Amino acid sequence: MKIIEAHHVDIFYGTNHVLKDINMDMKENTVTAFIGPSGCGKSTFLRTFNRMNDYIDGFRKEGEILIDGKEIYKKNVRVEELRQEVGMVFQKPNPFPKSIFENVAYGLKIRGEKSKKAIEERVEKSLKQAALWNEVKDILHKPALSLSGGQQQRLCIARTLAVKPSIILMDEPASALDPISTAKIEELIAELKESYTIVIVTHNMHQAARVSDKTAFFYLGELIEYEKTKDLFTNPKNKQTENYITGRFG
Amino acid sequence: MVSLEPELHALKDNLLEMMDLVTSQLTKCRKALVKLDVDAAEEVLAAEKRVNALELSIDKDCENILALYNPVATDLRLVLASLKIGNDLERIGDNANALAKFFAANLHKKEKSLADRFSLEAMFDTAIEMLNDMSKAVKDNDTELARKTMKKDVDLNEHGKNAINVATDLIKENPDDIKLILRLFSITRRMERIGDLIKNLGEEVVFHVEAKVIKHKKEKKK
Repeated sequence: MKIIEAHHVDIFYGTNHVLKDINMDMKENTVTAFIGPSGCGKSTFLRTFNRMNDYIDGFRKEGEILIDGKEIYKKNVRVEELRQEVGMVFQKPNPFPKSIFENVAYGLKIRGEKSKKAIEERVEKSLKQAALWNEVKDILHKPALSLSGGQQQRLCIARTLAVKPSIILMDEPASALDPISTAKIEELIAELKESYTIVIVTHNMHQAARVSDKTAFFYLGELIEYEKTKDLFTNPKNKQTENYITGRFG
Repeated sequence: MVSLEPELHALKDNLLEMMDLVTSQLTKCRKALVKLDVDAAEEVLAAEKRVNALELSIDKDCENILALYNPVATDLRLVLASLKIGNDLERIGDNANALAKFFAANLHKKEKSLADRFSLEAMFDTAIEMLNDMSKAVKDNDTELARKTMKKDVDLNEHGKNAINVATDLIKENPDDIKLILRLFSITRRMERIGDLIKNLGEEVVFHVEAKVIKHKKEKKK
């Protein structure tokens, strides 16, 4: 079933036309990767799904972005609720300067969850889903910032999972990590796909090839090719895509 | 990103060098047969090591490119095709080596007259022409030429089919030379095999350039 749909989406920052007539659908429980050179609009597009671009001066959107069939830019949509539904993991791990436990519990608490037991259960479950539980279960009250970069990133994923989103957006989630931590994040993406829909922006094309079901190649604000990952990386239909993925761009 | 282009060029140069060498091996076998030239056969035997070395060099090139550059799309297909082309060329080289061994040890006027009945010279001509054309197809990524060349395999197959009748007739005419006749018959089988291997090379050219797998399939006529 389609969970994210973009119909004729144009995005502007002031007079700068950064995304041009984008049309694409993403199905439930799939991983979609966005690739393309810097400035192609892939991160901007990712951020439209939880309205992270709203704060940028001069931001303007045309066209429709539907999540679960509902236009998310309508006036009656509460952005906080949207962001619970559509979680986000950033390039650099950004845990709060609090304990490991508090980082994961934070979203639940501000949402009004009072039951200590419910919070504890949810924290444990989220840390397990993020493949971090075994490493932190005995140090839950230590500062999150004492964890390694890879652990911090998985903690941020656990924090996102705690509020039970259906979609997780990942903006270069492994670009600041070493190969072992990167492999863990990639394994995690494969596991999370069972329960969530994941959209990932990555500069690492081989990561896109490894983790995603479908890949979208963006260039100068246009969606050039959107195909099954297997097909895009073995036999791209568009010459620009081929030049980009084989490193012959420009 | 460090460019992969020079590596791919070097790989292709190695492939073309191996194709030239294998073509030269077959050409020398032909010379050994037609001119009863034992030296030409000996040259083939001496160059066999070089054929094997080139196959290993191509394997190594491919391994390095895969490990260091993670090629995709057309680049990946070139590497995969090169591995198979190297392997098929080595097998053509093996066949040439076996033929050269036979020619070096057995070829005299009498054998030559029997060999002529099997149209071996024509088979060599076809195989050498096919290899030369296939080499051009690899060099220029020319799938049209590759497909045209693959079709010539039919000629070798026809000679091969006919060889059983030739052998039967010859055995009747020369009952004392059965062993020799059977050996010559087996040469036609090797030539047919060489044709099949050259055809495989064409399939790899099409795979590299057009991303189409045509082996084990009959292509629709355009």
